[in-house]
Amino acid sequence: MPIIKIENLKKDYENEGVITNVLHGIDFSMEQGEFVAIMGPSGSGKSTLMHILSFLDKASSGVYEFEGQDTKDFDKDYLAKLRNERIGFVFQSFNLLTRTTVLDNVKLPLIYSNKKDHDNLAKKALADVGLSHRLDFFTNQISGGEKQRVAIARALVCDPAVIFADEPTGNLDSKSGNAVLEILQKLNDRGHTIILVTHEMDTANHAKRIIYIKDGMIVGDEKVLKRTIATSDGVLNK
Amino acid sequence: MNFFSTIKMTVRSLLSRKGRSALTMLGIVIGVAGVIIIISLGAGAQSLVLGQVNKLGSNLLSVQPGKSDPKGPPAQVYGVVVTSLVEPDADALRSTSQVPHAVGVNAMVRGVGTVVWQNKNADTNFVGTDFGYAQVVNFTMSSGSFIDETANKGGSKVVVLGSKVADALFSGTGVDPIGQVIKVRSSAQQDAGGIPLRIVGVVEKRGSAFFQDQDDQIFIPLSIAQGELLGIHYLQAINIKVDSAENIDQTISDVTIVLKERHHIMTDDDIDFTIRNVAAAVDILKTITNALSLFLTSMAAIALAVGGIGILNIMLATVAERTREIGLRKAVGATNSMVMRQFLLEAGTLTLIGGVIGIIFGIIISYLMALLMKYLGFDWDFVISITSVVLAVGVSVLTGVIFGLYPSLKASRLNPIDALRYE
Repeated sequence: MPIIKIENLKKDYENEGVITNVLHGIDFSMEQGEFVAIMGPSGSGKSTLMHILSFLDKASSGVYEFEGQDTKDFDKDYLAKLRNERIGFVFQSFNLLTRTTVLDNVKLPLIYSNKKDHDNLAKKALADVGLSHRLDFFTNQISGGEKQRVAIARALVCDPAVIFADEPTGNLDSKSGNAVLEILQKLNDRGHTIILVTHEMDTANHAKRIIYIKDGMIVGDEKVLKRTIATSDGVLNK
Repeated sequence: MNFFSTIKMTVRSLLSRKGRSALTMLGIVIGVAGVIIIISLGAGAQSLVLGQVNKLGSNLLSVQPGKSDPKGPPAQVYGVVVTSLVEPDADALRSTSQVPHAVGVNAMVRGVGTVVWQNKNADTNFVGTDFGYAQVVNFTMSSGSFIDETANKGGSKVVVLGSKVADALFSGTGVDPIGQVIKVRSSAQQDAGGIPLRIVGVVEKRGSAFFQDQDDQIFIPLSIAQGELLGIHYLQAINIKVDSAENIDQTISDVTIVLKERHHIMTDDDIDFTIRNVAAAVDILKTITNALSLFLTSMAAIALAVGGIGILNIMLATVAERTREIGLRKAVGATNSMVMRQFLLEAGTLTLIGGVIGIIFGIIISYLMALLMKYLGFDWDFVISITSVVLAVGVSVLTGVIFGLYPSLKASRLNPIDALRYE
């Protein structure tokens, strides 16, 4: 059973009577444990696609099945539950809470879950991204690379089925970016399905499969033959 | 999402914006403190007024010469001197067959005069009355006795001093006032030597009643006050104490019948006296103080509402400022109701804390004002009613919830992706 299956997915935006078609009917499916890069230039609709797949937005038409269930009739609260339990996000701009510690940022999704022992779960997730030494730092006291690793720990803390990463290396230098990609690859090795949105070929090559999108349509879908394995030169252990 | 973590999150969020939280609370603090202070002052004023009235005693009627609306001012206020009320009227009212519910009746005239003892003198008010005064008005003697029936009828040259007058003449001299002779003259007889009167009693300190100092006066037999000090034959008032409140109306009609007969009055239009009911006056005073409290309380309520609008404003600004945070919270699993609860709780907590601070300030300020009133010589009680405290807290929390509702609803309805994209 595919973890994600979409058929003829379309998305239109209406703004003051003007309708813009962003996605023109997209079909693909994805199995548990895949590492897929969605690649395309700016304005191609790749971010919109990711937002729909991650239940932040709704498609205008088409079928979206998640873990074998049609998502059409899911209500808002159930979508919130799915985002909490089955999905993790990593944003380009981190989206961490300011004036809040690293540990509390990672605990945020746990507040909205039924899970217990928040401290230990959050500490474990932070250990996975090599930030055990930064627990009590405030988010304005750490570097950009570290911020993104906090964001990954936050995405990871509820043990989601799928982790979505939207240009996660976009705001980072190459060294920090490598560390982030290394973590994503390790998480994939552990069984998490990863969907990475990027417009850089170098980044996309870290995935196992690349879906190319242009003008709201899939223009290519291929396996990565020469996959890049990220090494962070010990950034993670610093 | 459990309640404890929501509270923790709320406190953290409010603490991260200390200055703003404090300023928002200020509006509520002022509103709540205002409500507490005003209710306390209102209650204090009411107890002051009622205390003043009750000091004289309850169930009192006062017959005054001249016809006037019992609810309006007496005829004397307009400078009219009515001479129709005389001592035999008072004697007639003492008839138990005609006015059965009267337990005390006294005739009265007043004046301003000077008392002299040796080389000391004091200006004071004199009350010319009879033995009935002791039955009508509540007071106790600190020494000696009051004017008795024989003293009055016989025109004995005796006097009873109020505590202040006794102090003015005898304090520090070591002389017992009882048995001393003082000279009394009215203000119209400045050149006269004064009437020598022997002191037979001193009244214990009473404070003020009806906003008149009850200690700064002397009591002399009616006939002496009328004949030798004022040069009049009529009375200024007859006071009647009724045995119980239910019998007041009956007594008013009994008194009316007796006086109409004595004054040969056929129709009600010709009535030449007015019967005033002190209880009715108390009711009027109560109505006035209640109206005043209500008016001031509504002013305070307006202050609270303004504070509430402050909350509304700040919460709207907070929601706008934290749109991305709301988006993030939704992205990691917060439902609409969880977001709503968080913002409502923030608004409610702000107003609750503001309310508690307001109560503390309100009580402190009310207490200081009560001290000030006492310092100024009023018989002021410091009153804080539980109702006002509960009301203030309730209203302040309600303010937070009502004015926090719209911003919270607005926050909860944000589409997660729109919120995340918000710049």
